[in-house]
Amino acid sequence: MGVSTSSAKSVSPLAAWLFSSIGKKTVVAVTGIFLVLFVCGHLLGNLTFFLGPDIINSYAKHLRDLGPFLWVIRAGLLAILVLHIFFTVSLWKENHAARPEKYVVKNHVKATIFSRTMRLSGLIVFAFVIFHILHYTARTIDPAFQHYETDLHGEMVHNVYKMMVVGFSVPWVSAIYIVSLGLLAFHLSHGIASLFQTLGLSNKQLRPRFEFAGRALAWLLFLGFTSIPVAVLLGVGREALK
Amino acid sequence: MNFHLKVWRQKASNAPGKLESYEAKNIPAEASFLEMLDIVNDDLVAKGQEPIAFDHDCREGICGMCSAVINGVPHGKDRGVGTTCQLYMRKFQDGETITIEPFRAGSFPIIRDLSTNRAAFDRIIQAGGFISERSGSAPEANSVPIPKTIADEAMDAAACIGCGACVAACPNSSAMLFVSAKVNHLNLLPQGKPEKHRRVLGMVKQMDAEGFGNCSNYYECEAVCPAHVPASFITSMNREYTVAAARKSAGATG
Repeated sequence: MGVSTSSAKSVSPLAAWLFSSIGKKTVVAVTGIFLVLFVCGHLLGNLTFFLGPDIINSYAKHLRDLGPFLWVIRAGLLAILVLHIFFTVSLWKENHAARPEKYVVKNHVKATIFSRTMRLSGLIVFAFVIFHILHYTARTIDPAFQHYETDLHGEMVHNVYKMMVVGFSVPWVSAIYIVSLGLLAFHLSHGIASLFQTLGLSNKQLRPRFEFAGRALAWLLFLGFTSIPVAVLLGVGREALK
Repeated sequence: MNFHLKVWRQKASNAPGKLESYEAKNIPAEASFLEMLDIVNDDLVAKGQEPIAFDHDCREGICGMCSAVINGVPHGKDRGVGTTCQLYMRKFQDGETITIEPFRAGSFPIIRDLSTNRAAFDRIIQAGGFISERSGSAPEANSVPIPKTIADEAMDAAACIGCGACVAACPNSSAMLFVSAKVNHLNLLPQGKPEKHRRVLGMVKQMDAEGFGNCSNYYECEAVCPAHVPASFITSMNREYTVAAARKSAGATG
């Protein structure tokens, strides 16, 4: 292979760490923590849907009222997502190159369906995030969403509640959300426990607990998020359509 | 017992290879997998054909030389207890088709057929898998106290025979289980402490330079490891690597 045991060029220890196999994985794990925390916060906000139109509409108004600070949060999230994807792609390219000739027969002994589908689930979730932003944030998929307004304590605000009910009343839209959220749960079923291993925070005794807790959180998030499209399809919030 | 074999045949590192079919006839149930290949090779030689090249040495599970991916699992570990040499033909069904491939990784070039060059592991060891100790008469063994739990853990890591099954099993061809076993084996013990940080930095750097893939925590490695090295050593190596890199960035000596 012609590999030398010493490298001629000297790089700063920090750069050497960042671009080592372990450094890159650490970036993916740390950005993963932020993304999981964001998803948890997002769910808590969404669940105000069940508290009625006024609660979720005022929650949405408070978010909008953050003004420039909202854009700081958005930019931060985007940067985290970009780092997560950039380092994953870089790791994947190396992993792919590490086995130029594939096995004719390969059987897995321990790898789970979740760990083996990380790239696929990640890519689909990424595509879903774009769709979701166009759907409910930019509101370009159904431009009518732009004009949903309601009276909240004497102030005209965007009617998020009505937008969600109208959006999820379309079965194929709800189907996209449910399938994509299922893939997010797949991704997190491996990802959450995996980040503790990568960050060196696990050990033989803790690993099964992290695996259980990670999977439990992943599927609780799935149940929480999908409860809204399912509820809308079952008729919740129909009065908002009048 | 009789078996249908599909064996990877490849004349040289850069020659194309393919699976060839062979019949293994009248194999005793108590034959090891390597003995089965010996019998098949005797038959091939008698017919004037080229025997199947495969790696082997001690044939008692301690040297780490034998390899082969059997029905898609390194060392056939899903049926056996350890290495290919410790896998017995009674674990297979009479008349079964068995596919035999070499350990596959860009860092383990195929020499011929099932035989691979795993010298990349030797270069990783050279990058830090040792302790610097004065030579001369052996010191009194009990003069350095080591807690039993630490000694046990170091022994679990030291059990690694460096066969490379972890790389062969890993979907990413990552060598993390091997490297973490060697790092932890020495870093846990007082004798290895002085070079602790340099060791982990050096060995990980060499591992990356050899072109092994990155760990995705599939845990296929620990499932096939004939020495039962747990992947918990990978998590400690991740931690030690980052600590050592931080110390080096901060200019700490060691």
